[in-house]
Amino acid sequence: MKVNNNAKAYWRDNIKYVLILLSIWFIASYGAGILFKDELNSIKIGGFKLGFWFAQQGSMYVFVVLIFVYVRLMNKLDKKYGYDE
Amino acid sequence: MMNKLLLIAQIDVQSWTYILVGITFTLYIGIAIWSRAGSTKEFYVAGGGVSPLANGMATAADWMSAASFISMAGIISFAGYDGAVYLMGWTGGYVLLALLLAPYLRKFGKFTVPDFIGDRYYSKTARIVAVFCALLVSFTYVAGQMRGVGIVFSRFLEVDINTGVVIGMLIVLFYAVLGGMKGITYTQVAQYCVLIFAFMVPAIFISIQMTGNPIPQLGFGAELNDGSATYLLDKLDGLSTQLGFAEYTEGSKSTIDVFAITLALMVGTAGLPHVIVRFFTVKRVKDARKSAGIALLLIVILYTTAPAVAAFARTNMIETVSNQPYAEMPEWFKKWEKTDLIKFNDKNNDGLINYVANESKNELIVDRDIMVLANPEIAKLPNWVIALVAAGGLAAALSTAAGLLLVISASVSHDLIKKIIQPSISEKGELIAARLSAVGAVCVAGYFGVNPPGFVAAVVALAFGLAAASFFPAIILGIFYKRMNKEGAIAGMLVGILSMLLYMMKYKLGWFDEVLPDKSEWWFGISPEGFGTVAMVLNFVVSIVVMKFTKVPPKDVQDIVEHIRIPSGTGEAIQH
Repeated sequence: MKVNNNAKAYWRDNIKYVLILLSIWFIASYGAGILFKDELNSIKIGGFKLGFWFAQQGSMYVFVVLIFVYVRLMNKLDKKYGYDE
Repeated sequence: MMNKLLLIAQIDVQSWTYILVGITFTLYIGIAIWSRAGSTKEFYVAGGGVSPLANGMATAADWMSAASFISMAGIISFAGYDGAVYLMGWTGGYVLLALLLAPYLRKFGKFTVPDFIGDRYYSKTARIVAVFCALLVSFTYVAGQMRGVGIVFSRFLEVDINTGVVIGMLIVLFYAVLGGMKGITYTQVAQYCVLIFAFMVPAIFISIQMTGNPIPQLGFGAELNDGSATYLLDKLDGLSTQLGFAEYTEGSKSTIDVFAITLALMVGTAGLPHVIVRFFTVKRVKDARKSAGIALLLIVILYTTAPAVAAFARTNMIETVSNQPYAEMPEWFKKWEKTDLIKFNDKNNDGLINYVANESKNELIVDRDIMVLANPEIAKLPNWVIALVAAGGLAAALSTAAGLLLVISASVSHDLIKKIIQPSISEKGELIAARLSAVGAVCVAGYFGVNPPGFVAAVVALAFGLAAASFFPAIILGIFYKRMNKEGAIAGMLVGILSMLLYMMKYKLGWFDEVLPDKSEWWFGISPEGFGTVAMVLNFVVSIVVMKFTKVPPKDVQDIVEHIRIPSGTGEAIQH
């Protein structure tokens, strides 16, 4: 039974991480790059309008960072719950 | 020394192309011989011991097709902001893959996607539906790749397109049939190196030429170095509006359509069987997560460069042709005119090229593929760089074709023959069946490459919609919703894929009406390319509703779900 609770707690933590990271995934792409791009376009950084930059550059950098953050978080979580290999 | 350098400078483009394509092809064949497969496990999943870095590189090459390499930058340079649907759509899916699919499917530890669907939903029907979806998605996709190989051959080596298709078929046949997944994994690693080098070299040259910044991602937002002190993008916005096009950084698609297409492409990416299956080849669950990150990093190098190339090429092109005398066009213009990729028709007989948005006045038609293919010539780069682009395009097309062919052969030999038609088949027999189905798949793909049915090009873009509408919900629910049962999943997949097919036939191919229905008739203003999003939502809803009225899945299936959620113990897969 203890093993089972361990698995449940691990799964809960995992789901929490996934939800947080996917919210950022959504905000960076659908939020900044699509839904709010017109508002963000009034801000300019160098030659880039910010909304356009998120759509064609920024969102992709965010995606890469998100996956590596997830890899780190999960490696820690695996150790904490004894599922490390 | 100096003499030798001069000699190199004199070699013409075609000889360079033969040299570079010859070297890379020899490399691929050498790798295939070195890594041939001896067992079904090696043939389907490369023995399951590929390192995260090698798998990341292989996934990146597997994923980036002729479309990413040749067409994408061109599409963006004509679509401006709207091109972001491809950039975000084809990269954002990897976040879904890494967080929601890859680790669990790796833990599950079988050979194919229909394997997972069939076991998780304890049903032959579910497996057959999944095989059907996998074949549909992969065949539409692979036909486009073969055509891409033919086109690259014909443009750079001046052979017939069909000869090009046949050469491509023979090469893929050789290393996919001999090496299986093991062979294609290591050739894909080499192909990634070739294609990224071939894409970056001209991009860096052009970025330096136009902005003085060697990093294209930064040059994209920098000032032009022609002394005007204007930002590249401002200049491009100005040029576009002057000629009557939409402002480059604004685009012209509706917000809801951009949203729907991006989501359909993301979810479709995460549901493509040839991408998913790559994560079966690593050793542990944590390797699956890590290699998804590496794959995306390697893809994003090309994907963040492409929009920069698009903007450079667009500015360059407009400045070279717009309102200039036709007689004074540079050599590349004439050369590509011969291939019909550039068409000029002097409607008002003034000898000048009128390139404007208004169709009745516009005199110039430029094929989008030219933006990458002719870019090095437009920027007057050395001959070897031009030849490099040919080798890169071939690497991109061949690596994707091989990955798809493997999915097709595994679907036939493993999912149909071993799991349904003749379960008693021996390991050796299955391996022979796998090789024969790979040969069959190459021939079918080659046939479609030589005789492309009119609708292939239209359908390739929709392969993503089909993947989004079928696999993605079934796999997600299979992992995250223990209660999901076979009735729900089968009903969901069928409704998803059929609604996608019907919408496509009606609004993309126009099969149900005399003329293709107008945009204004699209449901919610969503284009066929974006309809995968709607079909995916339908799949989820139908699955859950049907599940509520049908039986709970058996205990041992629920145990599988518990089992795949825990990352450790990949090696000792339970008997299911």
